[in-house]
Amino acid sequence: MLCNTATTPVNRMVDETPVTATGLDPESAWWLRVLAETGPSREAALARLHELLVRGARAEVRRRGPRVRIAGPELDDLACQAAADALMTITRKLGQFRGGSRFTTWAYKFVIFEVSGKIGRHFWRNPGVPLDAEDWDRLPDRFGFDPAREAEWRDLLGALYRAVDEVLTARQRVVFVAIVLNEVPLDTLVIELASNRNAIYKTLFDARRKLRSALVANGYIGDDSSRSS
Amino acid sequence: MNGWSELDHFLRTDPRDVGCDQAMEMLHVYAELVAAGAPAEQQYPGIAAHLRACGPCGEDFAGLLAAVRGETD
Repeated sequence: MLCNTATTPVNRMVDETPVTATGLDPESAWWLRVLAETGPSREAALARLHELLVRGARAEVRRRGPRVRIAGPELDDLACQAAADALMTITRKLGQFRGGSRFTTWAYKFVIFEVSGKIGRHFWRNPGVPLDAEDWDRLPDRFGFDPAREAEWRDLLGALYRAVDEVLTARQRVVFVAIVLNEVPLDTLVIELASNRNAIYKTLFDARRKLRSALVANGYIGDDSSRSS
Repeated sequence: MNGWSELDHFLRTDPRDVGCDQAMEMLHVYAELVAAGAPAEQQYPGIAAHLRACGPCGEDFAGLLAAVRGETD
């Protein structure tokens, strides 16, 4: 399948902020210079960059494909969309490139983010995904507790359940239940809760810290070391 | 890893963890350092801590590292 290589929308959204990156390698400097120009040389550079992004997107969806239950034409379509959207982001943010890496590495970053986001949205559209059901019976399996040794871990998971009830805020509980019990991908939860990855991660981070403190305070987990059974 | 240590590992948080936004901002720099064999973790301990704990950012990092190492060819 061929990706659409039209670049007209990108041209209208170019970031006109002066590029101030210093100490660039020659190839990165070339990219910045030619993308800041107008005319055929810029068009050619955009087409070349798009080609690189399509290749990067296809490699990334292939790498993730087996785990995300997307295959065939849909996978390639996702790669093409990711490349096109990444190209728009890159041209819009061109003035924000400060070096520190090759230009192409910085550019690949955006296509990886696009692939991530689009896979999250794909999962969100999947009607079989539970977001708020609380099936605590799945927890032992989620953390690999051996059913044959339930007598050893039953109290621990009971304490965890109580801590979820007692120390988490309502928002922390929603995030914990969705991600830990229902194994909803974090990027999918971001969409469901109209939030962003950083905010959801921070909510889960705080929930983890509070739950661990509760388990430590009640003697279920050592203060500074893992407990083995 | 058994259930106790798996749960403990999941609940353990690293105070150096910079969060998703800062990690993503510097991901291209970090990935090139790692690809070059430079001590990225010592230079950016907060990003390293984050990438160990955050599945989605860790996955993005793995993809970018693969791209940097030429695995897109």
